[in-house]
Amino acid sequence: MDRRVIGVETEFGITHTGGTHRGLPPEEVARYLFRPVLRWGRSSNVFIPNASRLYLDVGSHPEYATAECDDLLDLIASDRAGELIMHDLAQRAEAAMTEDGFDGSVYLLKNNVDSQGNSYGSHENYLIPRTTHFRRLSTILLPFLVTRQIMVGAGRLVPATDETPAHYAFSQRADHMWEGISSATTRSRPIINTRDEPHSDAAVHRRLHVIVGDSNMSETTSLLRYGATDLVLRMVESGIPVGDFELENPIGAIRHISHDITGQASVKIRHGGEQTAVDIQARLLDRARRFVRENGAHHDRVEQIFELWERTLQAVASGEHAPIERDIDWAIKKRLLIDVAERGGLPMGHPKLEQLDMAYHDVHPTRGVFNLLAARGRASTQLEPERIQRAIVDPPATTRAALRGRFLSTARAMGSEHTVDWVHHKLVDRPLDALMLKDPLSAEDPRVDTLLGRLGERVATLREQSLEERRAQELPLALSERYKLGHPQELAEPPLI
Amino acid sequence: MSTQPQKRPQGGNDDGAAPEAAGAVGANAQAQKRAGELDSLLDEIDSVLESNAEEFVKGFVQKGGE
Repeated sequence: MDRRVIGVETEFGITHTGGTHRGLPPEEVARYLFRPVLRWGRSSNVFIPNASRLYLDVGSHPEYATAECDDLLDLIASDRAGELIMHDLAQRAEAAMTEDGFDGSVYLLKNNVDSQGNSYGSHENYLIPRTTHFRRLSTILLPFLVTRQIMVGAGRLVPATDETPAHYAFSQRADHMWEGISSATTRSRPIINTRDEPHSDAAVHRRLHVIVGDSNMSETTSLLRYGATDLVLRMVESGIPVGDFELENPIGAIRHISHDITGQASVKIRHGGEQTAVDIQARLLDRARRFVRENGAHHDRVEQIFELWERTLQAVASGEHAPIERDIDWAIKKRLLIDVAERGGLPMGHPKLEQLDMAYHDVHPTRGVFNLLAARGRASTQLEPERIQRAIVDPPATTRAALRGRFLSTARAMGSEHTVDWVHHKLVDRPLDALMLKDPLSAEDPRVDTLLGRLGERVATLREQSLEERRAQELPLALSERYKLGHPQELAEPPLI
Repeated sequence: MSTQPQKRPQGGNDDGAAPEAAGAVGANAQAQKRAGELDSLLDEIDSVLESNAEEFVKGFVQKGGE
């Protein structure tokens, strides 16, 4: 697919600490966190004006699902906006809790594992054609996903156990995967989940749901993660021979690779032989480059993705990680841990280092360690801060998200009861006019205009508020009202006939 | 929207024509500058982290998600 819808769902860890008493448990903090959301939408599961979804998931995890994006930088901007939205809510929760006598700090961590080994995810969704041969898809995609962690893993300081000393691993999630492909999520997590809710025309599309990924802090790492995966999917869809990397034991392999930061771990290929993750990725990169030479680049970041892909593989293969220490999450974090350990003479596994591993993922703009590194130029970025701010309030402009955003913000401004989800758009007063928008790639639909027109002629007086006006509203910025209703006098005189 | 240029470490002294000895002095100054920057970063991180690392880590317990 030249234009592909991609979305990412992020579950955040949550904790409260540092007050005079013991911190509140996560479910209590989550309740405070979602108070403004509940007040705004009378539910803790809502679509917000930027067309993304904000909700409290299983296990009291605050979760943010980006709207449909067909551009990698829109996707990364929306995902980063999610961090800032959570931060805004966390600040408000902290203030409300302090008022109730629970002082201390609220932490929202965009990571994937807590101190007891509970895991929560970063789920990627890729729209693929229904015609994609699923067996072919899995034989190519599974080895790619199992080995992708050496490029886009978020890195983890693994605490010591009876068998292994404390050590640094590529991935947060690798140890929490139990199957290659299945329909489970919490019970037994697969790398690819077969839940096929395309949120579109199921005769044309299916949704590929990848739940093996780590949550990334780095925009550069994110670009490589989504960009390389999209390129591999393009090759799968094109039907070209890609090579045989089918793994004998994907789950054994994913762990084996994660725990060997030297990149030398080799894994068994089903049809014979052993290869390292670098071998497999290098062949896929090579194939992808040839594919693009023959078919052309489908967006203007393809060369940048190839360069990052190659540079990262070289760094892993050589053990010389310096060239990627500003760009790749696991390497950025590893550099920092080594610096701190050396300065303080701390052994690997020291609580201070474990704390740093977690604090790297703190979404707080001036406390989160990744954000501190980025502010000092020790981590690269891809987006201007202004673009991320806009993504807090603006839906992506080129997909169905634009329609959803306009629909829900218009209905709110007109005071009209409504419900929306990924596909459905309904005004409660006009149930028979409910719309199903089944093309996620379409940002225009006259039916939406017609339906919104039925809200009355004052729709014509709606004016879009500026970012400043929206910041001035009492609500969290992400929930601020997009439109302001004008005076009835602003309506033009009806033409004389 | 443009990609931010990659910052590359500056090699040696500002003076491009500096002889080797001056280059070594420059590299030394550079290394000192980097060490100073690192100290300042680590101090900043220390100032924002919860002081009881062990309590922070142990207190971070979630229910499983997904």
